[in-house]
Amino acid sequence: MIISSVSGTAVSVPGNDLDTDRVVPARFLKEITFDNMGNYLFYDVRFDDKQNPKEHPLNDLDRKDASVMVVNKNFGCGSSREHAPQAIMRYGFKAIIGESFAEIFAGNCHQIGIPVVTVSAEDCLVIQALVNEDASLQLNIDLEKMTVQVGTFFFEIEMPKSRRDSFLKGTWSVLELLKSNKEKINNTHKTLPYSF
Amino acid sequence: MAKDTLYNKVWDLHKVTTLPNGQDQLFIGLHLVHEVTTPQAFAAIRESGSTVPFPKRTFSTEDHIIPTDNQAHPYSDPQAELMSATLAKNVKEYNIPFFGTDSGKQGIVHVIGPELGLTRPGMTIACGDSHTSTHGAFGSLAFGIGTSQVGLVLQTQTLALTPFKVRRINFNGTLTGGLTAKDVILKIIQTLGVNGGIGYAYEFGGEVFDNMSMEGRLTVCNMSIEGGARIGYVNPDQTTFDYIEGREYAPKGAEWDSSLAYWKSIASGDDAEYDDVVNFHTDDLSPMVTWGITPAQSVGVNDTLPASDSQITQEAYTYMKFKPRTPIKDIPINVAFIGSCTNSRIEDMREAAKILDGKQVSASVKTLVVPGSQQVKKQAEAEGLDKIFKAAGAEWREAGCSMCLAMNPDKLIGDQVCASTSNRNFMGRQGSTTGRTLLMSPGMAAAAAIAGKVIDVRELLV
Ligand code: SF4
Repeated sequence: MIISSVSGTAVSVPGNDLDTDRVVPARFLKEITFDNMGNYLFYDVRFDDKQNPKEHPLNDLDRKDASVMVVNKNFGCGSSREHAPQAIMRYGFKAIIGESFAEIFAGNCHQIGIPVVTVSAEDCLVIQALVNEDASLQLNIDLEKMTVQVGTFFFEIEMPKSRRDSFLKGTWSVLELLKSNKEKINNTHKTLPYSF
Repeated sequence: MAKDTLYNKVWDLHKVTTLPNGQDQLFIGLHLVHEVTTPQAFAAIRESGSTVPFPKRTFSTEDHIIPTDNQAHPYSDPQAELMSATLAKNVKEYNIPFFGTDSGKQGIVHVIGPELGLTRPGMTIACGDSHTSTHGAFGSLAFGIGTSQVGLVLQTQTLALTPFKVRRINFNGTLTGGLTAKDVILKIIQTLGVNGGIGYAYEFGGEVFDNMSMEGRLTVCNMSIEGGARIGYVNPDQTTFDYIEGREYAPKGAEWDSSLAYWKSIASGDDAEYDDVVNFHTDDLSPMVTWGITPAQSVGVNDTLPASDSQITQEAYTYMKFKPRTPIKDIPINVAFIGSCTNSRIEDMREAAKILDGKQVSASVKTLVVPGSQQVKKQAEAEGLDKIFKAAGAEWREAGCSMCLAMNPDKLIGDQVCASTSNRNFMGRQGSTTGRTLLMSPGMAAAAAIAGKVIDVRELLV
């Protein structure tokens, strides 16, 4: 699948060094599927002991359909759990903008088709301020032009070239790559000298 | 680059195409599935609305989390019960054959593949389990994969793989009384190291392998991954064909004849070229025992432990609480575990029974004998082996991974020392963070159970 742009509304989750334990607390890793991970996103900072919502950007009902998360520095550090990007994706996010990301986390996001793009520290703060002001503000991350449009403003974004190429060519998922050779797979299958 | 080897021929036959990233897309002829590494893969398929285009090429069973004392549902551990139920549901939904406990064919995935005749020469075989290398004993390319790759195989029956180099390992001589396949592979790993095989497929050959049973070849290939080689194989020969003939999924009639022709055609040729060749001889071999925390840290049973001269030996001595330069013989043991995908086939049961027949295990040693499959259990009972084990004071269990790893109720306690026929002596592997594992052959483990300490099984054979 080609991913050349992501658009939609956004939510800002501020703070540096937000680790993946924070993104999905360890006790939810015992589950046998990723199915419910979206429900656990930032669980312990979003809900109190009695599961009542606390003050948190993700608990803002006006922003429940946001597609883009805006974060700060070294987001996703700590444990390598794929549960973290899975939770973000399953909650409904399609891309993340931030000042910087932990390497393993960024790699895991890439594997599941979530572009993570970086902006300068100043631009990051400006984008967050714009987003905070208006829950209905539309963003458009353009991987061809390498810009993000926030309302009427444009900012430059960055992403490693190989990752950008793979999103633009639609080759970020090995699955898609393998699936695209369906005919050749069937041909190989037919020539195999054994069956069950 | 290797040429005209079994590896080259089988790889080329299964190659779908070369991918833009330089890897080869390889068709997977046989896919095996167990409960632990697959739930997320199935969930992803369900979620994306994807399909499983070749369900007949995947087979499933449960082995890791299943209790070996009481296998009635619900299992005592609710998470194990859920995992089991999830697998049953997943395979049913996608029409994948399932060998559960009520099938009479359940067992460790690497034991049931061969015994059902699913594992055959010239195949590519993948499973979300590193010991998939076991199936190479039949002359197939078999390797372990991760959960995301399980998803790829289910959805495309293919994987993106980087080609391997091929190392030929010749083992010549004869395995005389008391020496087994387990000693052969422990010796190979001791010599080449736990990382020696990275990037390689190991081709095992020479007189020892020519004369080795399929059970023995399975033991050796099982542990090739412990030497770093994701693939280990033996060229198919008459021993291989005889083992397969008549098994449930074995080809029959005209298909048998054409299969035989195919199997013979894929063996490495006389002019095969290898990336590396290593030679061993049984003259240098005695029953092997690991003393440390990697499968390469082993000594012959009559040797002394090595000097503490590297970081990994020091770490091992600290964990194992043994002393450098002391004999391995006479180290006391608390538990003997005869089982796991390395040594739980019928021949292993016979080997242990031969030693335990008419003897008693030491009162201080808890001895578990765990067949690798329901069929192994049935066969052993038909031969009266269970009676020998029970009369000797050992526990005779139901089929499963058992004490090989800590995912079911069978676990070491505290810093117990276990004479184990499994394949990994990693720290904490057998369920206690301070538990100690000594890897050895079934005969050696049975002998240790009787003596209450490590002894040379050959003393009991005279
Ligand atoms: S017996 Fe041990 S090594 Fe073999 S599949 Fe089971 S857990 Fe893994």
